[in-house]
Amino acid sequence: MLDHAKEAVPGARYLAPGHNFGSISDKIAGIITGRTPFSWFVGFLIGFSILQLLLVALTYLVFKGTGIWGVNNPVGWGFAIINFVWWIGIGHAGTLISAILMLFRQHWRTSINRAAEAMTVFAVACAAIFPIFHTGRPWLAAYWLFPYPNSMALWPNFRSPLIWDVFAVSTYATVSIVFWYIGLIPDLATMRDRAKSPITQRLYGMFALGWRGSAIHWQRYETASLMLAGLSTPLVLSVHTVVSFDFAVSVIPGWHATIFPPYFVAGAIYAGFAMVLTLMIPMRAIYGLHDFITERHIDNMAKVTLATGLIVFYGYCMEAFFGWYSANQFEQFMITNRMTGPYAGYYWALITCNGVIPQLLWSRKIRTSVVPLFAVCMVVNVGMWLERFVIVITSLHRDFLPGSWGMYYPTVWDWSTFIGTMGLFLTLFYLFIRVLPMISIFEIRTLTPAAHAKGDAHHG
Amino acid sequence: MSQIFPRSANAIARFSLVGVLLFGGLVTSIIGMAFRSDYVTGANANIEQPVQFSHLHHAGGMGIDCRYCHTSVEQAASANIPPTKTCMNCHTQIWAQSPYLEPVRASFKTGESLVWTRVHDLPDFVYFNHSIHVKKGMGCETCHGRIDQMPGIQQKSSLQMEWCLNCHRNPEQYVRPHEAVFTMGYVPEGNQLEIGRKLVQEYKIQSLTTCSTCHR
Repeated sequence: MLDHAKEAVPGARYLAPGHNFGSISDKIAGIITGRTPFSWFVGFLIGFSILQLLLVALTYLVFKGTGIWGVNNPVGWGFAIINFVWWIGIGHAGTLISAILMLFRQHWRTSINRAAEAMTVFAVACAAIFPIFHTGRPWLAAYWLFPYPNSMALWPNFRSPLIWDVFAVSTYATVSIVFWYIGLIPDLATMRDRAKSPITQRLYGMFALGWRGSAIHWQRYETASLMLAGLSTPLVLSVHTVVSFDFAVSVIPGWHATIFPPYFVAGAIYAGFAMVLTLMIPMRAIYGLHDFITERHIDNMAKVTLATGLIVFYGYCMEAFFGWYSANQFEQFMITNRMTGPYAGYYWALITCNGVIPQLLWSRKIRTSVVPLFAVCMVVNVGMWLERFVIVITSLHRDFLPGSWGMYYPTVWDWSTFIGTMGLFLTLFYLFIRVLPMISIFEIRTLTPAAHAKGDAHHG
Repeated sequence: MSQIFPRSANAIARFSLVGVLLFGGLVTSIIGMAFRSDYVTGANANIEQPVQFSHLHHAGGMGIDCRYCHTSVEQAASANIPPTKTCMNCHTQIWAQSPYLEPVRASFKTGESLVWTRVHDLPDFVYFNHSIHVKKGMGCETCHGRIDQMPGIQQKSSLQMEWCLNCHRNPEQYVRPHEAVFTMGYVPEGNQLEIGRKLVQEYKIQSLTTCSTCHR
C-alpha cells in the first residue's frame, strides 16, 4: 500500500516518507530562522580570512604587475587560466542540475538545485576574477573588452575566443543569477511569511516581489523556468565550449584539438558534480538534511560523475591516440613530453585522479557511503585542476621551437590568488547558507503525496 | 498580522522600474558625453604661456605666413616651435624695451630655452606626422582652427582617435588644394565633396586606417 502510494507520486522516492508541506518548510526555513550553528561561524571565518589573501594578492598584483606571477615566455598562461577554467567548469554542474535535469523532468534535482545554482553563481564570480586580472592592464580590460561606442572608434575583435569568453561568461553569470533568483522568489515569499522581525520580513518581502502564489503566478513561473532551463542548456554547453576554444582555436600542439569542446564540457560537468558532492555531503551532515538529500540523490550524482568522468577519460585516450595517429612530430612529441617530460608527474597524477580512482564509483557501495565518495570527489577536484594544468602548461612549455622551451614555476602570488578565490567562494557560500533557503522549499513540497492528492496520471 | 508594506509601496515599486530606465539612460549619456567633453579632451581651454604670444597679432594682423616660424612643417613629422632667435629677428628692434618681452630677451641672453606649454599634446604612442598632411592638402585650419583669430592659443579639435579616423576614412570632406593649405578662412570654390574627391585622386590620398599608420 505504502509502495503503491509512493509510486503514484512522481519523485516521491527522493523524499523520506512522513513529510508534509509544513514539516518541509519548518525544516528548511528553520535553518535560517533558527540559531546559527557554531560550525557556520567557524567556516565563515575561515572563508573570510582566506578571502583577505585574495584581496592582498590582487592589490599587490595591480600595483606591481603580472610579473609577480610565474608566467613568462614561453608559458604566458599559468595559474590564472588554469583556475579560470577550473572555476568556470565547477559552475557548470549547477546549471546542469537546474536546467538540463529540469528538461529531463528528473525529480531528484529538486533538493540539490538551489545549492548547485548558488555554487554556479559563486564559482563564476571566482572565475571572472581571473580573465580580468590576468591581463597586464586590468583597468582597461574591465571595459575595453566590451563593445561600446567609444571616442577611439574602436571595437573588440570578434574573432578572438577571449572576446567570446567575455560574452560567454557575462551571459552565463547573468542568466545563472536570473534563473537562480526566479527560483528563489516563491521561497523568499515563504521566508517573508515566516520571518519574525519586521526588518527581515521587509527584506525578504522586497526580494519576494509580492509573490502571492496564485494559480497564474505558478503557471507563469513554470513557463518561465522551463524556458530558462531551455535557454540555459545550450548556454552551459556553449560557455565551456567557448572556454575550450581559447585553446582549440590556437595552433599549439596539445591545444589545437577538435575534441576539446565536448571534452571540456564533459570535464566541466565532471568537476562540477564532484564539487556539488563535496559541498552537499558535509552540508547534509551538518544541517541534518538526510530526508531531502537522500542516498538516492548522492547515488545519482555519483553516477553522473562517473558517466562524465568516462567521457573525460575517453578524451585523454583520444588525445594520446590522435597525437600518435597524426603522424605529426610535434603532436607526437607533445604526447611523449606529457608522459615522460618534466611535467610527467602531473600527467600521471591526472590519469590517476581522473581516470583510475573514479572507477571506484562503479561500485554501489562506494557511491552510497559518503566518506569514500567524498574522498573520490576531492580526488576528482584535484584531478580536474591537474587536467587544466597539463593542458595549459605542458602544451606551452615545449612547442614548435626548441629554442623557446621553458618551465613554469608558480610563485607564492599564483598560489595566493588561487587559494584566495576559494576564500571568496566559501565566504559567498556561507552567506548563502545563512540567508537563503539552501534547498528549494516549494519544489520539495511537490514531492509530497499531498501535492498529488488527486493522483494525476498525466504527470511524470 | 498586518500588511508588511503600505499601499504607497505599489507606487514606489512601479516608479522604481521607470527609475531604473531613467538612471540607466542618465548614466549612459553622462559617460558618453563626459568622454567627449572639453574637460576630457582639453579643447577650448586657455593655457598660460611664459609669454602670451598672440597669433591674432602675428598671423592675423601682420599676415606672417605660418611657415615663417613653423619652418619644418612641410618637411618633418614635427611642426617646430620657433626658437628664441626667430622672435629676436624682429624684437631686437621692435618693442625692444617692452617688459612684456623680457622672458624672450632673457632667453636670448642666457641661452636658456623658453618653456612653452604644449597645447596640442598627443600621447606619445601616437606618431603624428605634419609633413604628410600638409603635402596631401590638409590645411592648418582644418585641425588647428582659425589660428589667425586667436590671441592666445587654444586646442580647437578633440584630438580623439574617432576624430582622426573621421578624416582618414573620408578625406574628401576636408582636403583642399595645395595652394590653400596655409590659407586661413579658405572657402572651397563649389562643392567640397566634388572638389575633395578630385583632389583625393590627384594627390593619391590613401585611406590609411591600419594600426601602424599612427601607433608605430
